Order: sequence, then structure tokens, then C-alpha cells
Amino acid sequence: MRVGIDRRLIYHFDWAVFVLTFAIALVGLLSVASASFSVHRPFQMLIIRQIIWTVAGGAAMFAVVMFDYRALASYAYPIYVAVMGLLVVVGVIGQATGGSRRWINLGLFTLEPSELAKLALILVLVRYLREDPPPGGLRLRHIIVPALLLAVPAGLVLKQPDLGTMLTMVLIFATVIFAAGINLRTMGILALGAVLAMPVAWHTLKPYQKERVLTFLNPQSDPLGAGYHVIQSEIAVGSGGSWGKGFLKGTQARLNFLPEQTTDFIFSVFAEEFGFAGSMLLLGLYAGLIGRGLTIALRARDRFGALLALGLTAMVFWQAAINIGMATGILPVVGIPLPLVSYGGSSLIVLMAAMGLLISINTRRYLF
Amino acid sequence: MAVLSRRKGKLAVPKLEPRLTALSILMMLVLGAVALRLYYLQIIKTHQMADLADRNRIRIRRLPASRGLIFDRRHRVLVDTRPSYDAVLVPEDLRDRAATLRNLERYLGGDHVEDKLTQAEDEGIPSSEPVTIKERLSWDQVVAIETHQLELPGVSIQVTPRRRYIYGPLAAHLLGYVGEVNEQELKKLPGYHMGDEIGKFGLERGWEDYLRGVSGNQEIEVDAVGRRLRVLSEKPEKPGANVILTIDLDLQEAAEQALGNHAGAIVAIDPRNGEILAMVSHPSFDPNEFASGLTAAQWRRLMSDPAHPLEDRAIQGTYPPGSTFKLVDTVAGLEDRMLNKATSFYCPGGMWYGNREYRCWRKQGHGTVGLINAIIESCDVYFYNVGERLGVDRIAQWAHKLGFGEATGIPLAHEKTGTIPSTQWKQRRYHERWYPAETLSVAIGQGYVAVTPLQLAQLAAEIGEGGIRYQPHFVNRIEALDGSAIKVYQPEVAARIPLTPEQVEILHAGACGVVNSPMGTAHKAAIPGIEVCGKTGTAQVVKEAAGARIKEEDLPERYRDHGWFIAWAPGNDPRIAVACVVEHGGHGGSSAAPIVRDLLVRYFQLYPPGQPLPAGTLANASATTRENGD
Repeated sequence: MRVGIDRRLIYHFDWAVFVLTFAIALVGLLSVASASFSVHRPFQMLIIRQIIWTVAGGAAMFAVVMFDYRALASYAYPIYVAVMGLLVVVGVIGQATGGSRRWINLGLFTLEPSELAKLALILVLVRYLREDPPPGGLRLRHIIVPALLLAVPAGLVLKQPDLGTMLTMVLIFATVIFAAGINLRTMGILALGAVLAMPVAWHTLKPYQKERVLTFLNPQSDPLGAGYHVIQSEIAVGSGGSWGKGFLKGTQARLNFLPEQTTDFIFSVFAEEFGFAGSMLLLGLYAGLIGRGLTIALRARDRFGALLALGLTAMVFWQAAINIGMATGILPVVGIPLPLVSYGGSSLIVLMAAMGLLISINTRRYLF
Repeated sequence: MAVLSRRKGKLAVPKLEPRLTALSILMMLVLGAVALRLYYLQIIKTHQMADLADRNRIRIRRLPASRGLIFDRRHRVLVDTRPSYDAVLVPEDLRDRAATLRNLERYLGGDHVEDKLTQAEDEGIPSSEPVTIKERLSWDQVVAIETHQLELPGVSIQVTPRRRYIYGPLAAHLLGYVGEVNEQELKKLPGYHMGDEIGKFGLERGWEDYLRGVSGNQEIEVDAVGRRLRVLSEKPEKPGANVILTIDLDLQEAAEQALGNHAGAIVAIDPRNGEILAMVSHPSFDPNEFASGLTAAQWRRLMSDPAHPLEDRAIQGTYPPGSTFKLVDTVAGLEDRMLNKATSFYCPGGMWYGNREYRCWRKQGHGTVGLINAIIESCDVYFYNVGERLGVDRIAQWAHKLGFGEATGIPLAHEKTGTIPSTQWKQRRYHERWYPAETLSVAIGQGYVAVTPLQLAQLAAEIGEGGIRYQPHFVNRIEALDGSAIKVYQPEVAARIPLTPEQVEILHAGACGVVNSPMGTAHKAAIPGIEVCGKTGTAQVVKEAAGARIKEEDLPERYRDHGWFIAWAPGNDPRIAVACVVEHGGHGGSSAAPIVRDLLVRYFQLYPPGQPLPAGTLANASATTRENGD
């Protein structure tokens, strides 16, 4: 394990990921400021906290960059077990908000273990799959263990209930398994199985979750009820127009027409105030970050690093795509934060650390 | 694409490459789809979305104009407008419907909130329109709602100006009432909105355009729970104009008091210009009940009341004029040169015509009477003779010239014309020929003849004024808020009949004698120091059986005759003309004459005649009246 400043580390530092991460986090600060600004509450602690977390996230990012990612392979299982322990704990003593138990109150701040769980899942999956696949690709028996590794956190998170995070985990799992070389026929069978399992899954959904799916299929069916969120979000985004209404001038956000506007619907706040230009800029930043992440995966010297880079990139991609898709009404409403933008310390710090990991992978391909 | 660049030549993990490439393409396609969706929403649909965003946050609130006030002739307020605090609810802004309604019911201390909402929904009122939950809140209720705003999203207090009729039933038929605009009115009249007040009846209806003013509006920004945050723009309302009546409040009160509990009507007119000074129809109703919205039960009660309180007897009540009609005969006879001062007839107490005796009210007869005494003593036989000689059509012709059988044109809806029979009329109406004997009934104002109190008041005014009749009106002028006149109603001559000074003198002498001569039928109307002229009348309710004579007092009230008295004073230069009918009051001389006298006394207290009167005369006169009054 090599810790410490290497001259080559500075020389090969990945500025692209660094700049893109902070640019998106800056968009996040603007949006959180705007989302928490309203006539009744002109000043909010929210933005102060988000600034503190951005700084903390930056520190975490540098700490991770210093760290040789290859050492993580040997810590993957202990980390996984520890985080699963946290997930169990949160289910027991967690702080309930809005019908779900997701947070552990640590006094100074509340920790959301499911954010850590995504990272732990990536690590453990990649650790397990770091050996080259057998000829003909991974078959069902090869992915039983990874599937179990997924099932534990996914099940615990669904229990909270946090459908969004569960979905994110499943998508990360699918992405990593695909890249790791799953046999395409096996993948087809799994996909078919997933489709067949859907009616079963439908019964495990909570009534409000079912309603959300139904609403997505026809939002106008109940414009004041369940469809309200989607319609108001589309109105916010659309009324932004080309250049937006201006910072702090979004009426939909300021007058509280948007639901969950600091977290799930933060994109609508940003899009209303900065318009199509702002949306394209943000989308471009994500595309840049994701593109860079994939490039790092391609260039990584070892399979562990490549799959790890892909897993981290997939985490950013799926969350960004689903969140924006939901805010613009092309996907059903599931609670998924917009990476690096939504208000929330755990998510922000975990993601910045993850981006630090990407930088670390890219930087260390010269160190072998 | 940078992602796929092979700048470094050899890839570190070659086996991963195809799958990573596929994933890169998938991810970029998904981001591209999101970009397209954003283009659709933010570029193509932006106007529609911006419009929806505005509709979300902007509520148009109407500022109802306060309705003009109504004053009496001496600028005393009769009708005004006071703020009413109403609880309103915008259904669209309700979040937790059940909780909000529960809280609301708690603070208002009532139920029906749910009902009002369902009713509004049933009527198809859009959910963005406020629904009035409860009107005229008490101060405690207003405070409770204002201080619990957070528990009551969508609920607010609306201040609505509401009509107040200060004297309740006083002159209710003339003033009319307002009510909420209804479906048909909304369709017919532009510029009205749901919930607006509109004049429904009487002056309130006739002068609606002046009284209503112009409502303004406010654009208000609201948040998602419907709390009003700020006013974006405002167009202020313009209050309605004030209406100044010719009615004198004191005189109106005196007239209502004088009539007391009797059903009947009084009309007092200034003969010099047609200004109505007082107009009473009793029983009356309280227009305040209409202004706050009648309940179905209240409406049923008013409609089914056998005393018909909603009927304006002054212009809609048609009664046989009885002997007051003898003045019409006199005018007709004089104009027709059939009568003159010297014309006399012998009255033996009745007159045989055909095979029936037509009685004079005085069994023992009047002997030989001249015209003036015939009026003073109200000799029926004298006027049977006049009628017989004139014929019904002549009488009818002059009656029409004097305004009977026609609407006076007073600006109130549903005025009745009454009936003046003629041969033609009977042919048209009953397809029967006229029997000459019927003319005798007409001559004494019975039979088919029917007139309104207003028409008789106009007759008194016209004779008093020497043949000039003015258009009756009760609005003097319309004033803007600053007191400047918008419209002034000038006296208009409605008709003239050519009367020579001698003819005027005959009518005057007769009518003056009715009140002031010892033989007169209305000596109860005499006022010392003021020359009152008039004529009594008694309108039969049931036809007397031939030969039978039942004492009035022995009849059940509903079969008793209606009592009439019409008068003008002072005789030589009249300033007030009055007609009064007392339903089932019996003889006009005993029922209506004292009432008119009380009214005249009050009038001359308020507007003393030119020559000074002996001190105390009027006060004493008033006291005596009360003693003699029935």
C-alpha cells in the first residue's frame, strides 16, 4: 500500500474529473440556494450545510486520491460487511422521515448508509469479478454470488423503503455484470426472469409507490393528486424557456409548487431559473464526467481498476439519467437524488469520494 | 468520441473493450434522449408551460364596487352598504381536504362546509374560483380564521360590501332589494360575475346601472397552498353613484305610522311637479332579508302570506274607487257641458232604473241637490243621473284623459293600469253588450271600475293643480361621490285637461266642502288653519243584495268595504296631494280620512305653509286626530 505524495501523482492528476466534479457541485450549490429560498424563508441553513459538505467532500476526494485504489481490493469484503451492518442498524434505530427509515442521527449530522452501500456494493462486486471470465462468459452459476451480494443491500434498502436506491443498485449491478463479460444468453434469461417477476414485485410495492407508477403512465388522470408532482415539475422546466427566469426568480420553486425541491426535483429548480441553456450546460457536464469515467475504465491497467471505474461512472450515470428523466416526465417518480447537485451530505461526500477514486485510478495507471 | 479514442495505442484491458464501448454508446444515447426531452419542454412547449406557471401563481381577485347610497329628499341615508366578512375557500388550493374542512368547521362553529363545496362542484364552478363558505362572520370568527391561516390552506376572508336597508320595511316596495345575480341574468347582462349583487326589484333594479359602479380587479401572487403573497397589479373599483329621492323620510314614516296595521296604501305627491313625497304599501317586507339571501322557507312564507306583503298596493293594488270617482264624473260632465254649477237633481233616497232600485247611501235622500252639494254630500242619485246622461263611453273617455285605465309611467316594474269599462271594453272582454244600468254603477265608482292608489293620488293632484298632471317620479337626482350631479330629473307635464276658472272653482268648492262643510263626508280630515280639499270613497267588496242593507260592522272583515280618501291642500295653492286606501276599513270618511289628516298635519309641520298659523294649532290638531281616529 502506497500512501504519500508521489511527484508523478501530481503530474498525472486528472484535472478533467476534478474540474467537472466541482463544476457540477457548484450548480448544486446554486440550486440548493434557490430551492431553499422562498418568500416565507428567505434564509435557510440548508445552503450553509451544503457548502460545508462540499468542502468536506473535496477533502474526502483528495484523501481518496492519495490512496492507492488497488489496496481497496483487500478491504472490499470488510467494508461491505461493515456497511451492511449499518444498513441493518438504520432499519432498527434509524430516524424516520416521511414514512421511511433512512438516516442515522450522529449528532453533528445524519448519516444515510444507503449512499455508502452503493459504493460498498460496487467495490465488492468488482473485487469478486476481477478475475477474467471463463471462456464463453459468465454463466448463471458464476453470478450467483454477485447476485447475493446485491440482494443483501437491495433488500435492506427496499425495506426502508427506498425504491430509488434499490433501483440504482440493480442498475449498477447489471452494468458491472455486463461489462465483466456475462454470457449474452444468460443475460437474456435474466432479463426474461425480471419481466416475469414484475407482477410479484408489484405486490411488494407500497400503495404510494404503485400510485406513482400508475401516475407516470397517465399523469393527467389525477392532476391534483399523485400526478401533481410530475405536472408541476414539467411546468417548472418548460417555463424556464431558453435562458431561464434568472437566479432566485423561479416562481414554481419559490412559491413551493415543486415537491421535494431540494432533493428529488432539484433539477426542475435549476432548469426553471437557467433555462435550456443551463440544462444543456449541466447535461454537458454530466456527459463530460461520464465520458471521462468511461475513458478511465478503458485505459485502466488492471481489470479491477477498469471495472471499478465503470461501476463508479455507472453510479453517476444512472442516477443523473433517472433523476432528470423523472423531472422532465419521461420516467416515473422514484426518489433518486441528482448526483453532486441534490441537497444531502452523505450523497455528496460519497460521490466526491467516488470521483476521487476515479482520479486515483487514472493517475495510478502510470505508477505500475 | 474521446471516450473511444485509441490515443495511447494499446488498451490496458482489451477483453473489456467491446462491452465498455457498447455501454458508452448506450449512456450517450440516454443522455441524448434526455436532451431532446428538454428541448421539447423548454423550447417547443415553453409558452404553454409559462402560461401554466402563471396560472399556478396568479389569481385574479375581483374588487366589487360598493353600491351607491340612497338618500331621501333631505339627504338622509335610507340605504347604505357595509362590509360583510365572508369565509371563502378556493377548492384548488385545498391539500388535505378533510383536515382543512374539519378545522374550518371548528373555527366557524358550524357544518355544511362540505355541502357548500359539493354544491359548487355540482354547479360546475371551476375549482380555482373561491366558494363562499359562510357570510357575515362575527369578529371572533374572522380573528379565528386569520390567526389559523396555516391550518387552513386555501381559506381566506373576503370583505364584501353588502346592502343595508336602514329602516327595514320602510318604503320597501319602492326601494326594492338586491340579491345575488342568477344564471339568466349572467347570460343576459355583460359585466356581471358569479356572486355579484344585482338590483332585483324596485328602485334597486330600475337604477341598477347608476348604483352598481364598476368593479376592479387585482392580480395576486399565491403560493402552492394558496396563501396570498403580494399584489402584482391592481385596477381599482369605481363606486356606484348615489340616488337622491323625492321621498321625505319623516313623511314616509308618518304615513306608515298613520296607516298602522291596516292593509292598504298611501301615495303622497307634490301636485306642482309630480314628486312622490311618500308611498306606502302595507303589509311590507324587510329587504335586508333579500340582501343576505332568502332561505327557501323565508321565500315560501312571503309568497304564501295571504296578506301579499310583496305586492306594491300603491301601484299594483286595483280597487273600485267608490265615490272618489264622482270627481271624474264631474270633470266629464263639466267638460261635456252637460253639467254646470246650477244643474240640480232630486234625490228621494234612490232611483228606479229598469226594474231595480238604485239606492243612495242616504236612505232618506238628499232632496233637491245642486252640483257642489252633491259632491259635498256624495249624493249617489245625483251622479246616477249624471252617469245616465253622459253614458259610459263619455265617462270612460274622460277617465282615460285623467289617467285612469293607463299606467302612470312611474318608473317601477309591474304597474297595473286598472280598468275603465266602456261598451267596447265589455264587448272585447266579455263579448257582451253594455247594459245602460251598469253605467249607474260606474258613475259611483263601483262595478267594473278599478283604479290604483297612485292613479287616484294623481287625480287629486291634477284637480288641485287646476288640470295639469305631472309625471309621477320619486328620484330627484343622481349624484357622484363628490356631490356633483350626474342627472337631475325635471318635472314633466304628463297631461292637461282644459278647465275654465269657473269649473276649477266648482271642483274646489265641492272638494273643500267635503272636508270643511258640516254636511261633508270627511270632516274628520279637517285641519284648523289649513284648507284641506278631498273626496271620500267606499269601495264595495261584495255586491249588496237588492233591498238588503247590512250594517258594515256586522260583516266579517274580509267582506267589509275598502275605505278611500283623496285630498289636496292647501286648497287654493296645493302642495301635497294624497290618496289613501284602507282595505276593509269600511267608510272612507271614517277610516281613510283621519289617516290622511295625520299625514297632512305632519307635512305642514315639516313644511309650514306661507301664512303663519296660530301657535299650537298643528300640535293640537294632531292630538285631536288621535282621539277621533279608529
